[in-house]
Amino acid sequence: MSKEYEAEGSSDAKKIPRRVEFVKDRTAARVRQEETETVMTVPNLVVREIIAFMILVIVLSLLSLFFNAPLEWEANPQHTPNPAKAPWYFLGLQELLHYFPPIVAGVILPMLVVLALVAIPYFNVNLKQEGMWKQHRPQTLVVALITIGAMCIVLLIFDVYAMLVPTLVMTVLMLIPYFVHSEKGFIGWLGTRPVQWWIMTWFVLIVVVLTAIGTLFRGPEWSWTWPWEHIY
Amino acid sequence: MEKNKTLGRLFTSRVWRSVFRHGLPISNRARAESVFYNFFLHVHPVKVRKRSLKITYTWALGGLTAGLFIILTLTGALLMLYYRPSVSEAYADMKDLQFVVSSGLFLRNMHRWSAHAMVAVAFLHMLRVFYTGSYKPPKEFNWVVGVILLVLTILLSYTGYLLPWDQLAFWGISVGTNMARAVPFGIGDKMSYLLLGGNIVGENALVRFYVLHCFILPIATMVLMGVHFWRVRKDGGV
Repeated sequence: MSKEYEAEGSSDAKKIPRRVEFVKDRTAARVRQEETETVMTVPNLVVREIIAFMILVIVLSLLSLFFNAPLEWEANPQHTPNPAKAPWYFLGLQELLHYFPPIVAGVILPMLVVLALVAIPYFNVNLKQEGMWKQHRPQTLVVALITIGAMCIVLLIFDVYAMLVPTLVMTVLMLIPYFVHSEKGFIGWLGTRPVQWWIMTWFVLIVVVLTAIGTLFRGPEWSWTWPWEHIY
Repeated sequence: MEKNKTLGRLFTSRVWRSVFRHGLPISNRARAESVFYNFFLHVHPVKVRKRSLKITYTWALGGLTAGLFIILTLTGALLMLYYRPSVSEAYADMKDLQFVVSSGLFLRNMHRWSAHAMVAVAFLHMLRVFYTGSYKPPKEFNWVVGVILLVLTILLSYTGYLLPWDQLAFWGISVGTNMARAVPFGIGDKMSYLLLGGNIVGENALVRFYVLHCFILPIATMVLMGVHFWRVRKDGGV
């Protein structure tokens, strides 16, 4: 083991073999250059993982030192708290329960959400992630407005302003790049957003708004209550 | 290289070399070997794309979710030493953890906040994967595995929510299982009966949630995490 040197093959290749693409007649005959520069997992990735985990442990330890987990009185089936709330990640659903019949809020909508999430990668629409208003502009506008309009009518019938307002906000944002032609700035960026981006962002906005309302703004009898007037 | 003679002797000793068959990761050959001769590191490829190391690309959210799962497993195992899942003991054990057990409060805080964080971080990880388009072929099925893992994470958190047996736990679970009752054709009632071991949240429900929380769901999550990581690696990720 007293070797001063070690023979080493050219194991430091920076490139991996270039991928060959099958070019069909309707595809432009150019292959997008992929950034394929690689680095060794040890130490580059492993060190980053260890650092990330250490920061995680430190942050959680500090949190646990300064904030105590809630623990209320012993469970008492005779005494129902008002309001009785589920864990925070279900409060969006519980908020929906306030507007829709239980079968819609508790069963159909959550199942649709999970099914939609599972189905996302199997819709081969717009794999290139083109902006929503890139082609077929009038048709896209008609389909979008009919879909959103129908949804808004349903939301109005059930008085679901908590979903209606975010939906309208997203619709306005979506329509801005249709009417205002700009390649730059925020409007330009909005114009490059593909249709799946709009749907997902709308969904996330709804989830956040409903969860926040259910967690912070609901008091006795599920009435609107400001966070600072909470009694419990 | 021979900065420290003792360490150098240790790293070249027979015992050390029997554990780590490769040398120190100072040559690229040894760096590669330290990945594929190591059970734990071989979830990673020997080389990774520089792009996937960029923090603003992944925000380390998948890794942090896994890290939270590790923290939760460790703190959870320690909590199990002091907790008995029975209506007469559970709440008293929580009070003991709060006031009697050394660092019991810290342990429970850590478990609780990590659990909330895991739900949030797993959701954020899903959003990241969506917005970077990382669910596209050939990774469609791994996205599905990820969605199942998110559901499992929520179920893990939810089953743990009952265990303290305080008002928050009891009524939180009652509200949740009442939602499940809305499934038509009597399926909802059957499902909630199966989950609670009865019509109300009581002793049977506590034991069932305990077994789900400490055994069935963690095992299912670990298996699917294995599948998830393996597929990430096979599809050219980290």
